[in-house]
Amino acid sequence: MFRTALRNVLAHKARLLMTVLAVMLGVAFVSGTLVFTNTLSGALENSAAKGFDHVDVAVEPEYQEGRGDRVGRTPELTQAVLDTSARVPGAASALGVVKGFTAIADKDGKLIGGGFRSEGGNYWGTKDPRYPLTAGTAPHGAGQVLIDSETARRAGYRVGDTVRISVDGPVLTPRISGIFTTDDGNVTAGGSLALFDTATAQKLFGKPGTYDEIDVKAKAGTSQSALKAQLDAALPKDSTRTTTAHKLADDQARAISDSMSSMKNGLLVFAGIALFVGTFIIANTFTMLVAQRTKELALLRAVGASRRQVTRSVLIEAFVVGTVAAVVGLVAGIGIGAGMRSLMESFGATVPDGPLVVTPGTVAAALAVGILVTMLAAWLPGRRAAKIPPVAAMSSLHAQATTKSLVLRNTLGALLAAAGIAVVLAATTMSGDSGQAPMGLGAVLLIIGVFVLTPLLSRPLIAASAPLLRVFGVAGKLARQNSVRNPRRTAATASALMIGLTLITGMTVIAGSLQHGIDKMASAAIRADYVVSMANGNGLSPDVDRKLRSTEGVTATSPLRNAASRIDGETEYLTGVNGAAIGELTDLKVDEGSFTVGGTEVVVDRTTAEDHHWSAGSHFTVSYEDGKKQRLTVAGVYEGNEMIRGIMLDNATLAPHQSDPTDMQVMVKTADGTSGAVKDRLAEALGSNPAIKIQNKKDISNEIAQTFTLVLNMLYGLLAMAVIVAVLGVVNTLAMSVFERAQEIGMLRAIGLDRTGIKRMVRLESLVISLFGGVLGIGLGVFFGWAAGQLLGTSLTTYELVLPWGRIVVFLLLAAVVGVLAALWPARRAARLNMLQAIKSE
Amino acid sequence: MTTSSFAGRTTAVAARATDLSKIYGQGETQVVALDRVSVDFAQGEFTAIMGPSGSGKSTLMHCVAGLDTFSSGSVRIGDTELGSLKDKQLTRLRRDKIGFIFQAFNLLPTLTALENITLPMDIAGRKPDKQWLDSVIDMVGLSGRLGHRPSQLSGGQQQRVAVARALASKPEIVFGDEPTGNLDSRSGAEVLGFLRNSVRQLGQTVVMVTHDPVAAAYADRVVFLADGRIVDEVYGPTADAVLDRMKQFDAKGRVS
Repeated sequence: MFRTALRNVLAHKARLLMTVLAVMLGVAFVSGTLVFTNTLSGALENSAAKGFDHVDVAVEPEYQEGRGDRVGRTPELTQAVLDTSARVPGAASALGVVKGFTAIADKDGKLIGGGFRSEGGNYWGTKDPRYPLTAGTAPHGAGQVLIDSETARRAGYRVGDTVRISVDGPVLTPRISGIFTTDDGNVTAGGSLALFDTATAQKLFGKPGTYDEIDVKAKAGTSQSALKAQLDAALPKDSTRTTTAHKLADDQARAISDSMSSMKNGLLVFAGIALFVGTFIIANTFTMLVAQRTKELALLRAVGASRRQVTRSVLIEAFVVGTVAAVVGLVAGIGIGAGMRSLMESFGATVPDGPLVVTPGTVAAALAVGILVTMLAAWLPGRRAAKIPPVAAMSSLHAQATTKSLVLRNTLGALLAAAGIAVVLAATTMSGDSGQAPMGLGAVLLIIGVFVLTPLLSRPLIAASAPLLRVFGVAGKLARQNSVRNPRRTAATASALMIGLTLITGMTVIAGSLQHGIDKMASAAIRADYVVSMANGNGLSPDVDRKLRSTEGVTATSPLRNAASRIDGETEYLTGVNGAAIGELTDLKVDEGSFTVGGTEVVVDRTTAEDHHWSAGSHFTVSYEDGKKQRLTVAGVYEGNEMIRGIMLDNATLAPHQSDPTDMQVMVKTADGTSGAVKDRLAEALGSNPAIKIQNKKDISNEIAQTFTLVLNMLYGLLAMAVIVAVLGVVNTLAMSVFERAQEIGMLRAIGLDRTGIKRMVRLESLVISLFGGVLGIGLGVFFGWAAGQLLGTSLTTYELVLPWGRIVVFLLLAAVVGVLAALWPARRAARLNMLQAIKSE
Repeated sequence: MTTSSFAGRTTAVAARATDLSKIYGQGETQVVALDRVSVDFAQGEFTAIMGPSGSGKSTLMHCVAGLDTFSSGSVRIGDTELGSLKDKQLTRLRRDKIGFIFQAFNLLPTLTALENITLPMDIAGRKPDKQWLDSVIDMVGLSGRLGHRPSQLSGGQQQRVAVARALASKPEIVFGDEPTGNLDSRSGAEVLGFLRNSVRQLGQTVVMVTHDPVAAAYADRVVFLADGRIVDEVYGPTADAVLDRMKQFDAKGRVS
């Protein structure tokens, strides 16, 4: 049996090509993902482990939960803690670590590293073991800074240059005293790191005399755990926590592998989709091979092969095909894994060096996936092959689908689709979280239902295209009829494309609507002309607000200042604002009372008010972070949103209780509105700080849009594989059709249809099938997008369905392009067919 | 223009091959399928081409009908020399001037009988001559089955559709490649009757390749081919005469 199967595979090499390609792409995706993530996490763990060379035990502050009226806080690691640590018998040295945000501008004043990766720290003493200097000397005082070699290289900075940097608002212009190298993960990922001397760092990062972490190095002969025990005994237990470097390295390795595995799983989902789409091609191919071999298989049955043997022979073929595809796919995947690194590097990210990791698990997974998927998809055709009666050996008929089985199929499909729609509709009436599971279930049911129904749907939908195809004369007419000749195959081919387009359209609809909703939310309640904030979302120094207020043309400003407090024994965040200006800068709907903020009068959003059973005129007592208590009055209750909510009180009331106030953002209203000149003036007032963003409503919208575009483009990229596999499916189906209809094509050529006509016929058939899949996919995608939006709408009040008509047209065109591209090769083959041989062969 | 005479009528030539050769392969493996064949097919004449397997009879028909290329010599359909035509022009010639009947019927299963009949004109984008179409359909006796699809018709009926398709566009010449090869004798006789009637009543020119002496007896003239050469010609044949002639080939075939 095996030899027969192997011969069959070899005999149908060309016809199995698309199947092999489809499986191969899926396997390559899977193994590429595994190789890339394994390699990356291996390299990252390596570099992380190196980062702990200078430390044996780390001392960190232990966060103290809020209790009673006391606000939760992080205790300070003072100089005394450092000195105590350095004095334990097993300690060779102790080093204080100070960290914070530090933006570095390049020579054009632009921020290096995109904000989120702009970090700062301290250089310990005159020789810090963490940061080997490659040039210059250690920094001294506020006028000197060290920058990492990668940043220096990118921006073209050298020792002695003056550089513009910013920590929380004011711009500093220190001189670069030296350049260092580091394995810091943030820097290798494309960020920047600036180092000051310890005292300057402490002052700049708002923690004079304290450290974020103390790294203790053990004396020779003292183990990490022994040192940890000594430190635990010497340091106050309730405010410090000690961890050995071994454990830190382990924790970090675990964190890396966790984040890698979520990335891996995300990628594997898309690989799974591509493989799933591939199964349609495999099933199509094997169905055709079985149909063509009806006589041969019936003969096998007639001479005594059992049904099981016939099924097995088909499965063995699938096994051979799957193995070949999996092996090729694995090799391609390893290539992809290696290539991804240089791709990421070309995007500016530096991936730490490390060997390419191909684990036995990767190899096993790739082979198993390729072989199992192929065999699974070939199983149904194999079963059908076994059902061929021996008498079929005598008849010349190909095994045709009986109407009965389509009736059964249609009934089943209609039931599934109806159930799917019902469940999805029911889910839309539920609230956010509880509706997710039923919606997912309904979506799966509906997709399966539609897939089962596609043969039935193909007739009316393709018939609807008749008027368009009539333009193309006979070729159009024949194309339309040919496309419905094998409804099952057309259905499977179109379904493959449908799945990809459903996902693409659905995501586009959801993303577009979400973007619109968030955009509305972000800008609806704001009446300010500009919102000033830190590029990385960190706090701004109150200095920024002061400078803006005194800028020419500014009529009103208000910071949004966050402060933790305790109310009724629970932590509640207060928003400190400029009480006199806030009403002018925001546009919040007031439900009760008046929007008055000043003195002990505060305004509260509806949700918070309801939680505490407050209404206009209620009183409550707040405990500030310095432990002082105050009785406040609710002047009004407003309709909050995701951007502005909570208890708003006047900064004058709040300020005395805060030791180190920072503002999340500052809202600015100007006399001239949002003209470019005003913006320049504001920027200038802030010293053209590279780390500060000054945005009007439109800038905010653009920023939100950019985020969504980025995410959508990534999803498009990942789904592209599923679409490519679907294209292979269309090519496959057309090639089969051309092969099966060779005689007809020969006849058409003989009676006078020229090559162009034949090509047009195949191309139009391809177009019809692709557009059929496209229309189904886009329709389903819009429906799912709408349904998911109903769920999202329950948690995002400004959500509203936005149909991206432009994109939908683009997707339809994409389906058409798929059709045209897929037809290139089959159409050429059809046109080149040897007419005489085609007519004679039977 | 050369004329030939038969049954007292003098007619023009519908197709003519002159010194037509078709050679496959080269050197040692060279096979001569047609060896300088010259033959005329007169207008309004029903010609059968006969010969043993491998004699080149099908190749001759394919070359004259513009379905196959030839190595040397010339072929004319009416006034058109085929040798100089490009594929596109050849296709157009077949579409407009030639009708075909194949052994395996070769109907499109997705089209109805009527649509199959008018297919060549549909391809050309021409409206069929209604009156002519009706008379052709009448002649082959398909009036009641025009809406049927090929799968709903018997083999004989399918071949009648094919005959109607070949005649419907009023071609200058109709070629048949073993048109009765797949039919039982009764259906075969019907089809041959239609072909002969089309010649007698409508003045059609028909050239048919066959290996069946009974079929050949329907023709006005039989051309015998052997080893790529025309070896004999019989006017007004009978089945017995043809069979006798064929037996000579067989005997020769057996001794050689």
